[in-house]
Amino acid sequence: MADEDDIILSELSDDELVLQMHDDLYDGLKEEIEEGVNILIGRGWAPYDVLTKALVAGMTIVGADFRDGILFVPEVLLAANAMKAGMAILKPLLAETGAPRMGKMVIGTVKGDIHDIGKNLVAMMMEGAGFEVVDLGINNAVEKYLDALEKEQPDILGMSALLTTTMPYMKVVIDTMKEKGLREEYIVLVGGAPLNEEFGKAIGADAYCRDAAVAVETAKQFVARKHNQLNG
Amino acid sequence: MDDVTLSETGLPPARAGRILLIACGALAREVLALKQTNGWEHLDLQCLPANWHHYPDRIVPAVEKLVAERRGAYDGIFVVYADCGTGGQLQAACDRLGVEMIAGPHCYSFFEGNDAFAALDEMTAFYLTDFSVRQFDAFIWRPLGLERHPDLRDLYFGNYTKLVYQAQLDDPALDLKAQDCARRLGLAYERRLTGYGDLAVTLGRVAG
Repeated sequence: MADEDDIILSELSDDELVLQMHDDLYDGLKEEIEEGVNILIGRGWAPYDVLTKALVAGMTIVGADFRDGILFVPEVLLAANAMKAGMAILKPLLAETGAPRMGKMVIGTVKGDIHDIGKNLVAMMMEGAGFEVVDLGINNAVEKYLDALEKEQPDILGMSALLTTTMPYMKVVIDTMKEKGLREEYIVLVGGAPLNEEFGKAIGADAYCRDAAVAVETAKQFVARKHNQLNG
Repeated sequence: MDDVTLSETGLPPARAGRILLIACGALAREVLALKQTNGWEHLDLQCLPANWHHYPDRIVPAVEKLVAERRGAYDGIFVVYADCGTGGQLQAACDRLGVEMIAGPHCYSFFEGNDAFAALDEMTAFYLTDFSVRQFDAFIWRPLGLERHPDLRDLYFGNYTKLVYQAQLDDPALDLKAQDCARRLGLAYERRLTGYGDLAVTLGRVAG
């Protein structure tokens, strides 16, 4: 039985519901997010608007508070799980109704490294921002990255590492891309806890992204620049 | 000296000795045991909080500050941290400051012996030491939010296959506790008695 104070999502106005969904996402309430998504779709909202205004906007708040040390990894993971559940409802609808395509990204954790929490967050936020994401998973050797680049023809290659011992492998991938004359064809973004901007520059990446929100913004900027160059 | 204090606040120096060791709180007992066994009275120890394992960005500025503050009071300073997730920044800081640090990517490597560890093919192993077995709940379980959200366990540990307990001391009680840690994380269990590994060798050299 519901408490008197329980909020009935279906009784909220659209604006109130979107704000409530931001709160529910912040609190990692998966079922409430699923319910909110279904209510907005039922009210005739475009799936893309539900994605951007309710989910992505809510997750952006989560990302900012993580960056500022207000939220920690467990809370971010719960929020991400809730967002993922909402996106699972929206994905088939977005495929039917269409949504702006920002670009395509191949992403994976480097060889010798099995850590994928950060990489998964980036993949999810990139999808939320309208990028098509091909996730290669963990422990990727250079051949696997190159095969995926050839097959998928993405705009962006994203590489992730959590270990000091595995992060130098990113340079192996970038150097191999250079040797094969492929480096200039792709935007290369790198991230992971032990990395920093200096390391990103030193290995020849286009940018180091310190968190998922920065990765999305950086990807958007680079893709826009690339398109401008092509059109110029 | 209790483990909670070592985790959260570290250990102040005794202000006795010519050489200051700046260490991670997770190494305090091991460093003090080596000091006592070998009679290294000229080594003093100051520890930073062990739970900075989760916040490696705090290590470099704190080490820099301590070296600057303490260098006038000692003949020498040695940093008892491996890279510990600083991505080479701790080594760069030590180079700038003209102090040495222990070699290796992390304590799991130097306890095993850096060369031996590098030769292992254990990408999917999750390591615990005596300290992290004793402090498993405070050091691992709670910071990952697993006491409130046990369903997150496989998100963190799903890609691991086994827990390797690197035992510094041959303690059956810690062995049992480590087995329980493996069970809680859903991982296979392996125990290796490493002793102090390269830590003993390196501190022996520092002690002269």
